[in-house]
Amino acid sequence: MDVVPIVLLAALLGVDVVTFPQAMISRPIVAATAAGAFLGNPVAGLVIGSVLELIALGMLPFGASKYPEWGSASVVGGALFASQHGMPPGALAASVLAALLTAIVSGWSMVRLRRINAFRATRLRSELDAGSADAIVGLQIFGLTADFVRGGLVALAAMLLFRPLIPAVVSFWNPGAVYSQAIVVAIASVVAAGAVWKIFHSIPYAAGFFLSGLAVGTTLLMMT
Amino acid sequence: MSTSAISEARLPVSTWLRIYLRLFAVQGSWNYEILNGNGIAFCMEPALRLLPGGRGGEAYTNALSRHARYFNSHPYFAGVAVGALARAELDGVAPGMIERFRIALGGPLGSVGDRLVWASWLPLCSLVALTAFGLNARPPLVVAIFVLLYNFGHLSLRAWGLRVGFERGLRVADALGHPLLRRGPQYVGAAASFFAGIAIPLVAHRVAGDGKALALEITLFAIIGGILLARFAEHSEGWRLALAVLALFVLYSVLR
Repeated sequence: MDVVPIVLLAALLGVDVVTFPQAMISRPIVAATAAGAFLGNPVAGLVIGSVLELIALGMLPFGASKYPEWGSASVVGGALFASQHGMPPGALAASVLAALLTAIVSGWSMVRLRRINAFRATRLRSELDAGSADAIVGLQIFGLTADFVRGGLVALAAMLLFRPLIPAVVSFWNPGAVYSQAIVVAIASVVAAGAVWKIFHSIPYAAGFFLSGLAVGTTLLMMT
Repeated sequence: MSTSAISEARLPVSTWLRIYLRLFAVQGSWNYEILNGNGIAFCMEPALRLLPGGRGGEAYTNALSRHARYFNSHPYFAGVAVGALARAELDGVAPGMIERFRIALGGPLGSVGDRLVWASWLPLCSLVALTAFGLNARPPLVVAIFVLLYNFGHLSLRAWGLRVGFERGLRVADALGHPLLRRGPQYVGAAASFFAGIAIPLVAHRVAGDGKALALEITLFAIIGGILLARFAEHSEGWRLALAVLALFVLYSVLR
């Protein structure tokens, strides 16, 4: 697996989370699928992207709150899972775990970057107070560039760490594929169901809408 | 063209486009000191070139200095502030009034945007895409559904915000009472709840890849676990729990 395109993709999609253009192409279902497609296995990317999307449902990126950064992390997770040919038992669990750890580190790096941006804004205060367009534009360009570098560095570190680690974990894995995948999707589904309840429980008849959807989903499941 | 003539009519198309494109980078230098204040000034800058004296003139630099300060809003609603503040500057509103208006505007733009976008539209689009995945849609289709659906709302909201902000200027607060903004989160949330019910069993089946009974067991487990999580771990974040349980599972599976 060539790490460079994955790192560049992670840097690009890491920028989308906050700085530019916030089109949510950094969401796991998109970012992990793109990483899988880069490695010629978009289906694997979509599978892990969907699991990560379920987990990310409850994470609402409100303003100054601290949250995991899913863009770069999903690219890392998608690349790790898509590179395990044949989706062996344990690959999904280990790749999701790697993606979650990457998301935490990447979220922490975003906080550091915001502090660096604050430091630069304070240092440029006199120019900003004088209405300098150069200072304003310079601050924006610095923030965008630094965010790109940040996402790329996090992805590079994660790939260097996890690329050899995941096959090692998979080689020692004991449970079967179905059981392993079922546990992972069950954990993700619990998180998603909890998030849906937390976000929407105050909406009138939310439980009724959910149960109606569940009836439709179960019917579709039986029909397929 | 005088500034009042511009403000009575509309922004020139090239200026409007420059501002609109810059709005996508409004959080480019987001920081804990002035939040997206610098981004607001960055986005307004093309409009401020229309002030008397043009680029680099006294009115231009004074206006830029007023706006490169603390400001907080939802990024998609920043266009409302940029449009309204640009209109106020081009109308020659007194600086003190503009400052008070800036302070009053930030909070509502943040809370309306958070409710409508982060807590409603984004989860709905995710759940629709997850439903498509569960129905065995191919990767390009799932990605296209999410990206197109989400960005239909995203791009429209940014364009609407800039237009309504510039049209209404200091009276833009009325626009935030629009029925779509007031009741939208409720309807979108209801739809998201519905799609969550559809998506969970279908995604469980596609990922676990075994019989339908297993998918139904996972769904039942998810509902009970989700309710317990929401009730008894109200302040904890689900992803942290997922991380802890998953780490234990990986350790157990490797060391067993």
